[in-house]
Formats: sequence, structure tokens, C-alpha cells
Amino acid sequence: MADETLDAKGLNCPLPILKAKKALTGMENGQILEVLSTDPGSVADFGAFCRTTGNDLIEHDKDGEVYRFLIKRIA
Amino acid sequence: MAEAKGAEALKNAKKMTIICTKGSLDWAYPPFILATTAAAMDVDVTMFFTFYGLVLLNKELNLKVTPLGNPAMAMPVGGMHMSMPNMVGMIPGVTDMASVMMKNLIKKKGVASIEDLREAAALSDVRMIGCQMTLDLFEMNKDDMIDEMEIGGAATWMESALESDINLYM
Repeated sequence: MADETLDAKGLNCPLPILKAKKALTGMENGQILEVLSTDPGSVADFGAFCRTTGNDLIEHDKDGEVYRFLIKRIA
Repeated sequence: MAEAKGAEALKNAKKMTIICTKGSLDWAYPPFILATTAAAMDVDVTMFFTFYGLVLLNKELNLKVTPLGNPAMAMPVGGMHMSMPNMVGMIPGVTDMASVMMKNLIKKKGVASIEDLREAAALSDVRMIGCQMTLDLFEMNKDDMIDEMEIGGAATWMESALESDINLYM
């Protein structure tokens, strides 16, 4: 489903956001980025990031210790 | 088309400035974390480095943290939290030891180094202005500072601050 996957496991704030932004910048509008993170703070942060930048947080869930976000690049 | 859209977005971007006045390891984090995150959220960021904060623009960083006068500094050690009485903080070598402990902890917890955050700031076009007066006052050499540093003064910051949505002093 995702066009690209970013493994941000083990990284702490603000690195998952910075790396996600970098990954999105290299993608086309409409493409989907999957982000894997172990930072519990990233749940609130990816929501805020997507609301502010206009990208679409399609879904997020948690598998064990790993949070997974699907972000559709809008802008 | 995509480019035009990008330029339009930039024109409408929110702006933020941060005045950085402290040059210790712990005080280096908040401004660089906020600056890089804001830039990732399409905010146009200007950082102004003055007084002790200017050392954060040295090419070679040797940042330290001291437990002196900082009762809230309790490091996690073996499942406990260890804080240091001021008397111990005064002993030569304790600042270096605390700094090494903090840097090890930073690495272990996947927290970015200040060098990495500063590089990310430069790559995302965060403006970094070094205070000319501070360069003169502390006899610092421009050649020892990172190439991305712009030189400016209070009026340079004011110009950015007046058109910004957020202005922070740290």
C-alpha cells in the first residue's frame, strides 16, 4: 500500500518528524509514506505535523512497541 | 506547476524567530529542536545567536552541562535518579564527567546530537544570524564559525521579528 517506508525506530523527537519531512519532500503528491517509530511522542506529533502541513494522516496503529503511520503526501 | 505551488506556499509561510543566548549542552537543544521542527512544518525560521549562545555556531562544538546551580538535573543511573550536591559540582572534572554522561545518554536514547540538528537546520534553510557585537566582545573569529552563519545585529533580528508570528527568547 505504501510507496515508501521510513524506519524511524529507536529515534527520538524531533528526528522521526524531520526524517518524514525529508522523505515526503522526495515523493510525488498522492504517494503514501509509511513511518515506523518507537517514540510514544510521535503519536501526537504526526497528528499535529499532518494537520499543520496539510498532508493526510490516513491511518495510524500500534503493533507491540512499534507505531505505524500512513501519510499521504498532499503538499 | 509544482514549483509555482512551492513558491506560493513559501510566500504564505508562517514565520518564527528564536533568540539563542545560552551555549551549554542542555540549553542548545530547545532552540535547535524547535527550529528544525518548525522548518519541517513549512515555517520560515530565523535564529539569532547572541552572547553565550554564539558558541553554538562554532564549527567545532564542545558543549558542556553543569549540575552546579541546577537541582533539577537528575541523571538516570541504574534504575535510580542521581542528582549532585552543588559542592560536588564545584570539583574540577565534574562538569566534564556530567557532560560525558549526558552525551552517552543522548546517544543511547536516540536523541539527535546538536551537530546533527544544526546541520538539519542549515539544510532546511533556517537563517542563522551571529551577533556582530558578541563577536567583537568575546574576540571570536568568524573563520571559526560555520559557513551558514550570517552576520547581523539587533535591527536585523527586529526586521524578522516584526513580520513573524512567533518570537522566542531562550
